[in-house]
Amino acid sequence: MLTAEHLSKTFNKGTINQKTAIKDVSLELHDGDFVTVIGGNGAGKSTLLNLISGLHTRDKGKITIDGMVISKLPEYKRAKYIGRVFQDPMMGTCADMTIEENLAMAFRRGKRRGLHWGISEKERQFFKRQLEMLELGLEDRMSSKVGLLSGGQRQALTLLMATMMYEVTPTESVEKNLIYALNRGHRPLLKRHLSAKQCADLSWHGKRPLSQLLMVKASELDKPDYQALQDLMSELTKPKLLLLDEHTAALDPKTAKKVLELTETLISRHHLTTIMITHNMRDALAYGNRLWMMNNGQLALDIPAEKKKTLQVNDLLGLFEDVVGESLNNDRMLLS
Amino acid sequence: MLDIVKGAVSQGLLWSIMAIGIYITYRILDISDLTSEGSFTLGAATLASLSVAGVHPLLALLMSMVAGGLAGLVTGLMHTKLKIPTLLAGILSMTGIYSVNLRIMGKANVSLNNQETILSLVAKWLGLSRERDAALIVGIFFALVVVVLLYLLLNTEFGYALRATGTNENMIRASGVNTNFTKVAGLVLGNALIALSGGLVCQYNGYADVAMGIGAIVIGLASVIIGEVFFGRSRIFLSLVGVVFGSIIYRIIVALVLRAGFPANDMRLFTAILVAIAISLPQIKANLQSFLASRKEEAE
Repeated sequence: MLTAEHLSKTFNKGTINQKTAIKDVSLELHDGDFVTVIGGNGAGKSTLLNLISGLHTRDKGKITIDGMVISKLPEYKRAKYIGRVFQDPMMGTCADMTIEENLAMAFRRGKRRGLHWGISEKERQFFKRQLEMLELGLEDRMSSKVGLLSGGQRQALTLLMATMMYEVTPTESVEKNLIYALNRGHRPLLKRHLSAKQCADLSWHGKRPLSQLLMVKASELDKPDYQALQDLMSELTKPKLLLLDEHTAALDPKTAKKVLELTETLISRHHLTTIMITHNMRDALAYGNRLWMMNNGQLALDIPAEKKKTLQVNDLLGLFEDVVGESLNNDRMLLS
Repeated sequence: MLDIVKGAVSQGLLWSIMAIGIYITYRILDISDLTSEGSFTLGAATLASLSVAGVHPLLALLMSMVAGGLAGLVTGLMHTKLKIPTLLAGILSMTGIYSVNLRIMGKANVSLNNQETILSLVAKWLGLSRERDAALIVGIFFALVVVVLLYLLLNTEFGYALRATGTNENMIRASGVNTNFTKVAGLVLGNALIALSGGLVCQYNGYADVAMGIGAIVIGLASVIIGEVFFGRSRIFLSLVGVVFGSIIYRIIVALVLRAGFPANDMRLFTAILVAIAISLPQIKANLQSFLASRKEEAE
């Protein structure tokens, strides 16, 4: 799914402020992996995420997503594959624009912006249903500016924006629905019809074969086939990678917990491949199936799923001290 | 008196298109683009030279827009490709355009003489005896078309991306928009409108002068800010209408101040002070409040 080979990054090269943030890091993430990342300040956690998203350009090394080399693409082109939530709630949304406008912009991630309306009525209804799932009452405030929301609400909204995927339009044919999803840009642009080969390439798990259903209106499908179509469309339009950079650190503990729970729900529901940086050891253990510990710009530890399950906070502290070589006195490392 | 107000309103309308150009760069893109000073004159110079050469006034106006758009393109590319800060990129363009304008006109001032203008065409068409009466109609038409088209544009996918580029570049890049493109596009659009306004004002005045763009950005900002006082900032359509009204109100103020015997040469100083005060009003308010609070504390 995601691989990085011999990734390196040095800031301010050739000046007295020179700092090597990432040193020869290689890593691999599998489909559906949810890895939490811990490490002290300046360990290189955020830089690693920023190298993957393209916010910073790497000095050396190669990054691939699904076999595609993305390390040479500019940030805005990688955005097609990557959903992101930042630490600062102000960063992920546009304060001057309304909730629905923000959602509409995120919904077009990876799509060319043309002279179509910025938001359609159909999308508005769709966004409303999506917002209802957050249970924050935002569905009734869709035309208010995002600047009026609290930090927690903004992070929840950003999370939704980073993970939105297409849903089935019941009034359209199966083929139309699929082309709509495919044209999002995750695959080469398609015109009017799906070829037999393109159909065969799709991971269809419905009851009847996809090739026989193309002309059928989605609303006339059997339940299992309808579900299969929805799953396929989600699969085609979901972010291939979700990057969370301490996205709850700026929130109060109660809100942080809510946003984390929402994060977990969205990730498990859609089987999203995720990297989440956290300063909270307990969260690092409670969430995800893998754990990375970073130190001095390197991946010091890569704890696999089986081992992570048995780990306690105290074990993790011990491991951390072993790695860093000194006892833990970093007050930003939260233990509760 | 009525004539003065009518003249001020006509001028306000013709200049309002320049103010809308400033609104695009300054408010939507959050860039202080000094190219405007040059592109306004560039629009006038292009129109004057083409008109004198016998080109149809509408085509000449279109060419003015193209010239202004090119000026914006140069600034945009200097900023995005060569990483020159926007302020400096604008100053470089403005300085360069000054020479270009002299080249286009061949001298510092070109009179349209009695060449056909869009004003004379409309006056003839409507049977008006004075060309300046047509200015009001032409001004309303152009301002209306620009406001409506721009409002529609700002509500498209591209328009959303343009607006987001100005408020949170980081966010919109994370959703896959090339912000270098949106910035350049915004600068092209803004300066095309500014040059269009330059062309219209040139037709109204009957001449193009190499110095006519000096202070344009400040006049544009004054219009934007006056508009915001009356129409607010929160809704796009109202903001755009506000800019047009701001421009008209500014012209009326200028006309009244001049009529009261204020020396015309001091007008730009007056405008600059007006804009400086208007922009710093929130800060002045905050300072005043903290000053009053500390006085109160001392008294207690």
